[in-house]
Amino acid sequence: MPETSAGTLTAPATPAKQKPGGTLYRGREGMWSWVLHRITGVAIFFFLLVHILDTALVRVSPEAYNAVIGTYQTPIMGLGEVALVGAIVFHAFNGLRIILVDFWAWATRHQKLLFWIVIALWVVTMLAFTPRHLINVFSH
Amino acid sequence: MTAIETSALKPADRPRRRGVNLEKWGWIYMRASGVVLIVLIFGHLFMNLMVGDGVKAIDFGFVGGKWADPFWQWWDVLMLWLALIHGANGMRTIVNDYTSPGVVQKVLKGALFAAAAVLIILGTLVVFTFEPCPVGAPADLLPSFCAA
Repeated sequence: MPETSAGTLTAPATPAKQKPGGTLYRGREGMWSWVLHRITGVAIFFFLLVHILDTALVRVSPEAYNAVIGTYQTPIMGLGEVALVGAIVFHAFNGLRIILVDFWAWATRHQKLLFWIVIALWVVTMLAFTPRHLINVFSH
Repeated sequence: MTAIETSALKPADRPRRRGVNLEKWGWIYMRASGVVLIVLIFGHLFMNLMVGDGVKAIDFGFVGGKWADPFWQWWDVLMLWLALIHGANGMRTIVNDYTSPGVVQKVLKGALFAAAAVLIILGTLVVFTFEPCPVGAPADLLPSFCAA
């Protein structure tokens, strides 16, 4: 019985904008910003663990540090650095969006617009970073 | 029956827990450290990946040159502390979301705490005990000021 009554609750026609996207939980800008914030956050955390350990090699010897940092300058790692910077830039801008949504009523109402502003700022930042970084990686 | 009635109380009617609300301060910390980390990490990425030859210029001499200046030592140490605590606390949120209270959850949170504590201590020691001109090392691997 509770199932059927719960089912009928969703029956009244809702405006198209309020409908969840497919079978996904909510499935709109709010969910995707949350999903991306989690995935980028976890990725950055694990990179941070490795990055502290590789930097700590300066305390071992110049040769040990140079050997490991040299692997950061290979083409495959160079592409990985584009992904890493992309994750960091999204996490940074979306973090600012979260703060605005938390503290500013206008931003709470316009969180979807703010998500697309985050995406636009991400594209602009990556356009500034990626060519310069890839030229450094693939030339010299 | 009494349990249901108790839980039906409005939040304002429940007895308030005394003491510091750590979850609230964690929430505030994520936002405050996040704003500072944007400045610190964007500055770090710009100096190490955008200026000059970018990632290709990074070697022992590059690090030695940077940490000869206390400004960059403190920049990196502040970044280390803020980022690791921010990251470990974010991971704690994820552990809370996807595990139930119990042994597994305790082990995961213990591992996060241990990793953050060990790396904060290690990183801080590395920055402040760094020797830019180690005795016996080939001169061409060292910062230029070592020759003087």
